[in-house]
Amino acid sequence: MSAAANSGTSLASARPVVNPASPRLKVEQVTYAYAAADRSAPNFALGATSFEARRQQIVAVLGPNASGKSTLLRLLAGMVAPLSGRIEIDGVSLADLDLRTRAQRIALVQQESELLFPLRVWEFVLQGRYPYGRRLRFESDKDSLLAGNALSQVGADALAGRWMNELSGGEKQRVILARALAQQPSLLLLDEPTQHLDVGGKVELLRRLRRLADEHRYTVIVVTHELNLAAEFSDRIVLLHKGKCLRVGSPTEVYDRELLQQIFDAPLDVDIRPNGRPRVTLRASE
Amino acid sequence: MAIQVEHQVQGMRTLTARRVIGVCAMLLAVLFVVVVISLRMGAFPLSVRDIVATLFNGALGRRERIPSEFSLVVFGLRLPRIALGILVGAALSTAGAGFQALLRNPLADPYVLGVSSGAALGAILSLIFVPHLPGAIQIAAFVGAAATIAAVYFLGRRGGQLDSATLLLAGIVAASFLSAGIMFLMTTLPGRDLRGMAFWLMGDLSSPPPTQNVRGWFVLLFVVFAIAAGAIYLTASDLNLILTGEKEAQHLGVNIHRVKLVVYLSASILTGLAVSVSGAIGYVGLLIPHVMRMLFGNDYRLLIPTSALGGAIAIVAADTLARSVVAPTELPVGAMTALAGAPVFIYLLRRRVR
Repeated sequence: MSAAANSGTSLASARPVVNPASPRLKVEQVTYAYAAADRSAPNFALGATSFEARRQQIVAVLGPNASGKSTLLRLLAGMVAPLSGRIEIDGVSLADLDLRTRAQRIALVQQESELLFPLRVWEFVLQGRYPYGRRLRFESDKDSLLAGNALSQVGADALAGRWMNELSGGEKQRVILARALAQQPSLLLLDEPTQHLDVGGKVELLRRLRRLADEHRYTVIVVTHELNLAAEFSDRIVLLHKGKCLRVGSPTEVYDRELLQQIFDAPLDVDIRPNGRPRVTLRASE
Repeated sequence: MAIQVEHQVQGMRTLTARRVIGVCAMLLAVLFVVVVISLRMGAFPLSVRDIVATLFNGALGRRERIPSEFSLVVFGLRLPRIALGILVGAALSTAGAGFQALLRNPLADPYVLGVSSGAALGAILSLIFVPHLPGAIQIAAFVGAAATIAAVYFLGRRGGQLDSATLLLAGIVAASFLSAGIMFLMTTLPGRDLRGMAFWLMGDLSSPPPTQNVRGWFVLLFVVFAIAAGAIYLTASDLNLILTGEKEAQHLGVNIHRVKLVVYLSASILTGLAVSVSGAIGYVGLLIPHVMRMLFGNDYRLLIPTSALGGAIAIVAADTLARSVVAPTELPVGAMTALAGAPVFIYLLRRRVR
């Protein structure tokens, strides 16, 4: 199933129109298989996947567990190379970018490792400036300003002087996002960012991403299990199932009741809300 | 992407080169004071004034102005031992800070991980098999250190992940196994010039330099130290990120494999260098970086030079104590560092477990 090439503005609320001729991210027939050395898991493949994302777009990657969502994100982040196919960012193949250039274009927000030594929030956010420094270079005033801007973009100025290990889940999530913004990427990748947030936190995060995409022209790719939040906030959906890319399109194009029931293996209803976006409701009984 | 400058975040004080230089200058001054105190200690009485004048004239090359007995005591006897202490303390401490980042374990230290014992065993083997080959002992000590840390690294993994407790246990087991090997060699091969067992197991600064050209010898040792420590220092900003998390560091553009290789080789060289001239002195590589973290923070761009200077201060001070508390006999310097280091290790371990 090839990516729908038409612009994804059909149902999205009024948003500035961007040049449709230049997709920021282009994923062309990308496949991947795990190496046989990993004995604990069988060779798992991501079948030919293609889609595009433009500036100011949010693309949600959906699918049940083990559908290949994380694999796709790892491919987009450049952590693994595709077996075949091609990933382009602003017309340049991801494979041609060195580590630092890649880190200047792509930022990944994921669950953080445990910190070994305590770190202040501002020190953590400044790490996002690493790809722009050389060797021992000490951070410039510009780096500090950009880190400060990143913190205020996520509404976390007040946290700057706090210790990382004293933050709540939601605060930490915002700070991690701020570090990613300090990288000044064009592509922002998020791996299940809503996992440890409460309902209010989830909505707040998605609103923030929407605003970042709209105002700062980021392209956002978010892997999530939240069908309704994805429908509400994203421009395009990539639906994966068992390593296959089943459908790519706007939420209304992808949210087909039969299809969703089948791949999530749960009885559900899909209706269209007054704002034109689909809504998924679980049914307790048939 | 055009970013409007909104405002500077309060309390954000980034590390500057100026601060690094300032802190290092302060520690250098402390080192100088410790060196002068150490030069005073001993059977032959010297006043601080005599010492400073002797050092001053010596540094300016005005040897004729120095009384010959001062020259003998300061440059012939006491200063070489102090220089050795500076070198060994700086090398072990820098290696410790390097291993802590490499293994992502705040309790890593060349002695605790058995790396020093590996270096000592390598050095002893070279003394047995190629006793007259110059430099062989240093190279053998490096190989011993590198092989041990590689073995401990692989033994310390569980399910593909480096496990802190397993790693420390692997290090302790390696250290006791290698120490047993050292004792075996020392007892079955008597009568050779292998130095004492206490030297290899505890560490000791009393051995004279192995050549007549003391100055050339020290220049060589310090050049090797500078290259290895400099290589680690150049990865300082990478190590800062690696300590936050390896996968995160990779996403921010750190070439993890290259950095790890550089730190692994350099820290092994530093350990081998220190052990080949002073035996296995314990806990410096653990203790000093921790004190420096408490004083100056966790930024490796500041931590590495302060650890090197702090290690030098600590070993010179410990050795001065070791030869003055029970004068006219003396303790091995390793006994002093273990007396101070072991309780701190337990404290850090407990604080971490909790």
